[in-house]
Amino acid sequence: MNLSFFDQFTSPCLLGIPLILLSMLFPALLLPTSNNRWITNRLLTLQLWLFNLITKQLMLPLNNKGHKWAMILTSLMLLLLTINLLGLLPYTFTPTTQLSMNMALAFPLWLATLLTGLRNQPSMSLGHLLPEGTPTPLIPALILIETTSLFIRPLALGVRLTANLTAGHLLIQLISTATFTLLPIMPAVSILTTSILLLLTILEVAVAIIQAYVFVLLLSLYLQENI
Amino acid sequence: GPLSERRLMDVRLGELPAWLATCDFSPQGLLGGVQKAWSSYYDKYINVKRGGPAGISLLLAGYCLLSYGWNYQHIKCYRWRKYH
Repeated sequence: MNLSFFDQFTSPCLLGIPLILLSMLFPALLLPTSNNRWITNRLLTLQLWLFNLITKQLMLPLNNKGHKWAMILTSLMLLLLTINLLGLLPYTFTPTTQLSMNMALAFPLWLATLLTGLRNQPSMSLGHLLPEGTPTPLIPALILIETTSLFIRPLALGVRLTANLTAGHLLIQLISTATFTLLPIMPAVSILTTSILLLLTILEVAVAIIQAYVFVLLLSLYLQENI
Repeated sequence: GPLSERRLMDVRLGELPAWLATCDFSPQGLLGGVQKAWSSYYDKYINVKRGGPAGISLLLAGYCLLSYGWNYQHIKCYRWRKYH
């Protein structure tokens, strides 16, 4: 039995049956579907308020053609938000710590924005490869640099989410291990590490929310350039 | 009423095997059972006029317990370790 600190990220498995699909579908239980009542229950009211806030924030900078992306961007944001926050509960599994899942989310969506731009307005999309006002001798180098940065975008999107969540979970596990081990030996230091753990947990909640927001915001920015 | 039409909470302990025999264990039957259980939980604890955090917290606590059960085979080795 090879016990290491990375064991919390192994895909959950029960008697050989992979359970990752269940941990990805569980957030759907927490988001009830809206019935057509005028006054809904409190959970649904909060949820509708949150949906409106997210959709307004994301759709403000986009033109009318970009509003067709409203459903997918908002549902992606809700998915990432709930998955990230659920991962902070004890013993739960966070699917977004798996690079495979984040790349599967980032790459097709980025490619969709790129192909939309190249198909509908090819010269405008290619024009983004050269920032305005660059000195003429620098143009070839800058085009190469901008192309590299264009192709690194899906990688960056996926790895950013994975790395942030994995690092946070690992830190929590390390510091809590230190707290438990120090408790019989030096209780004063253990209390210090407990306070660090509390601050870290607050940070992790913030990171969970911010990372979900950043993922979707960057996708909407890439969409803005191309639509 | 007749045994097959009663809900689980109304079945007495001695009648449990007989009630299980009348259950529908096809995929549609199981799915219908899950749907009924979820909607009865949702209508009792969450879909109320002045709900509080209790409804969702019970769901989340159940999810934590379930995850613990799924990971138990892995976690029990940590208890037996000498050095962490």
